[in-house]
Amino acid sequence: MLVLIGIIIIIAGFLLRFNPLLVIMASALATGLAAGLDLTAIVAAFGKAFNDTRYVSIIWIVLPVIGLLEAYGLQQHARTVIGRMKGATLGRLLTSYLLLRQGMAAVGLTSVAGHAQTVRPLVAPMAEAAAEAANPGLSDDQREEVKAHAAATDNIGLFFGEDIFLAIGSILLMKGVLEGYGYQIEPLHFSLWAIPTAIAAFLIHGFRLRRLDRRMAAKTEAGA
Amino acid sequence: MITLDFVYVLAGLTFALFAVLGLADRSNPKRLGNGLFWGLLALSMLGGDYLGDFGNGLLVLALVAIAGTGQIGRAPGGEVAAEVQAERATKYGNFLLLVALIIPAVALIGTFLFKEVAGLADPKQATLISLALGVLIALAVGMVRLKPPPLLPLQQGRRLLDSVGWAAILPQMLASLGAVFALAGVGDVVGGLIGTAIPQGSLFGAVLAFGLGMALFTMVMGNAFAAFPVMLAAVGMPLLIKQYGGDPAVVAAIGMLAGFCGTLMTPMAANFNLVPAALLELKNPYGVIKAQIGTAVPLLAVNILFIWLFAF
Repeated sequence: MLVLIGIIIIIAGFLLRFNPLLVIMASALATGLAAGLDLTAIVAAFGKAFNDTRYVSIIWIVLPVIGLLEAYGLQQHARTVIGRMKGATLGRLLTSYLLLRQGMAAVGLTSVAGHAQTVRPLVAPMAEAAAEAANPGLSDDQREEVKAHAAATDNIGLFFGEDIFLAIGSILLMKGVLEGYGYQIEPLHFSLWAIPTAIAAFLIHGFRLRRLDRRMAAKTEAGA
Repeated sequence: MITLDFVYVLAGLTFALFAVLGLADRSNPKRLGNGLFWGLLALSMLGGDYLGDFGNGLLVLALVAIAGTGQIGRAPGGEVAAEVQAERATKYGNFLLLVALIIPAVALIGTFLFKEVAGLADPKQATLISLALGVLIALAVGMVRLKPPPLLPLQQGRRLLDSVGWAAILPQMLASLGAVFALAGVGDVVGGLIGTAIPQGSLFGAVLAFGLGMALFTMVMGNAFAAFPVMLAAVGMPLLIKQYGGDPAVVAAIGMLAGFCGTLMTPMAANFNLVPAALLELKNPYGVIKAQIGTAVPLLAVNILFIWLFAF
């Protein structure tokens, strides 16, 4: 039971907003000590694991390509592509963005869109505009809800699209952990099994966006 | 034959160049910390196999010390002006999307090719090797057509990495913490606790415990990466895969996605849930989480059902 101290340190450390790297290290040391390991053994164990899982961090080699493309306007172009989909209702707009975000994440383009890159400058204002078109007297609370859903849609599109890409961190982690148990599994298998959930996420969230759309419209009639 | 070592050398050289450029950036008051941090990561990639376990452990302690004491940070500015980007976007438009698509396309083609044609590359690491090749090809194509200043990709890449900061190694750190947890038997203890809650001999009960455990533990840790090794050791491996003969690829892949449902519901995943609330100036800091719960809960139920249906 004593080894669970590491989990308590993680929770407390995050709640108190310490640097997560420090919190992780403290958790590893406390857990190791609680399990009766000596300090050098813990440091060595962590070092070995860090070296064995280096492939988790090789994803950053894509940054020079992304940096080059962004300097030549990739983000602007992506915005233009999204911008062509206007004239839609709030529900349709966010559902289209959900599909686009899932699709891009599924081919590894996770950082083309995001809260800073697309949600704040583009998706949230467009969603607000679409909601306002249906309901000119949009209340502040409704405005908040619409904006919150723009951010939520970005997260859901990202989370349930990215695992279809072969070389995303989580897939490499699964591969590494299962290898430790003697199972050699190619990343493609994990990718394929992410597809049913991706479809379910699209259907569930799409259905909720339609209801959000209707709720806003219903309030328009009630308020009119 | 190309092996994973080729990818590590490529990553090591990239981080080394980021470190050198970072050190040379006089506009950044934290350039020393940045240079050391990315330099140590370069050393890990290039020479990790020669450092020994304790040496690697000391390297990690140094990384944590540098980041934990706030010695790394990004210099302000450095991005290409928005008007210039917009002007270039109208000129190059779809070419940019095309180059961006080279990386996943090569990763996909290489994965199949290297398995069919023996001797080209280590078939076990086909995807990672193909990804690295895709990066090199995309970079070459982009450089030929766009003709940027030679250092521009590295400088812009460094700027992006600096804005990610220490979070760049967070997944690797959490994976390593998972290994220490495994060594200390944390999974056995958590598994024992969860095990007492699982009705004996019930396959669905075990699947339910695994899926719910992934989501709850992810909420606690703020990251499905940390929950995965623990829940796999506690329930996934001994019960679902070993005892009931479940397909490990399905258990792992959909189990991870059950964890992602937890990520949608926790303030611990600050960059996804709290940062956008601040960025959109919402009055309720938990507004984004509130909007996500209605999708996360039914999707978690669907994931649990999918494991039960597809893994057995």
